[in-house]
Amino acid sequence: MAGHFETVPGGGAAVALDEVEVSILRSLTVQLLELIGPGEEPEADADPLAALFAEGPSKPPADPALRRLFPDAYGDDTEELRAAAADFRRYTENDLRARKREDALVVVRALDGLDTEPEESVLLKLTPDESRAWLGTLNDLRLTIATRLEITEDEESERLYRLPDSDPRKPMVMAYLWLGALQESLIETLMS
Amino acid sequence: MSIAPIEIERTESAEEVSAVVEPDVPWVTLVHNDPVNLMSYVTYVFQAYFGYSKDKAHKLMLDVHNKGRAVVSSGTREEMERDVQAMHGYGLWATLTQDRG
Repeated sequence: MAGHFETVPGGGAAVALDEVEVSILRSLTVQLLELIGPGEEPEADADPLAALFAEGPSKPPADPALRRLFPDAYGDDTEELRAAAADFRRYTENDLRARKREDALVVVRALDGLDTEPEESVLLKLTPDESRAWLGTLNDLRLTIATRLEITEDEESERLYRLPDSDPRKPMVMAYLWLGALQESLIETLMS
Repeated sequence: MSIAPIEIERTESAEEVSAVVEPDVPWVTLVHNDPVNLMSYVTYVFQAYFGYSKDKAHKLMLDVHNKGRAVVSSGTREEMERDVQAMHGYGLWATLTQDRG
């Protein structure tokens, strides 16, 4: 079952990962955490009530990958729609960032709990709740990598799949495809 | 949307939104097609979040894929903002709009 999640009797999912796969997953997820960042939240020692009413950003993130993770909720054809999108972002983006961060932390913690040995596969087991967090993070990773690879049209992605081995983007394309296969198999366990 | 990690399909440009909306509910949530989200994932999200049947979720996913976008829910503006926020949480590209139809 290497590389594919399978359903665990009684609920949950399991996948066999080798040391390199664990290391790649961890590294990508930590990069995702760094990308999402703490947002514009108040300091940890701030008044909890102030934190509750703190407003998020009103402008879309400058980074294209973040813009894909936190898109506008309204079209941008008119001034009115842009204002509505800014309001929506102010009240939702911090929550969304927190949720994505939580999911990514579940992934990192699960990976850190594995006893990896060189040259050997280790079995990662997830509860249904952990599976859903993993599913979210695998999707966020693919969205982020796709933005970096500039996969915006189906035709472009087709071209990327035929890259020669010498192309500098090749390792990232391979990671993108692997994450897709991993995500696809995890969805199957959640739908069964 | 991507069928499977390795296969990529051509997608037609956006056409008219197909779902029927009650005349007295003026806001809808639209999910837009993108080349990254897996078809199985989009179907899963429609089932998990909206509680739609597998058949309905699958049909909506195909509408998004083939027509470029689809109406996935309708209701008050507040309800649609909640749905759009949830879709963004799942990583789907969603917007809300006032239905003029």
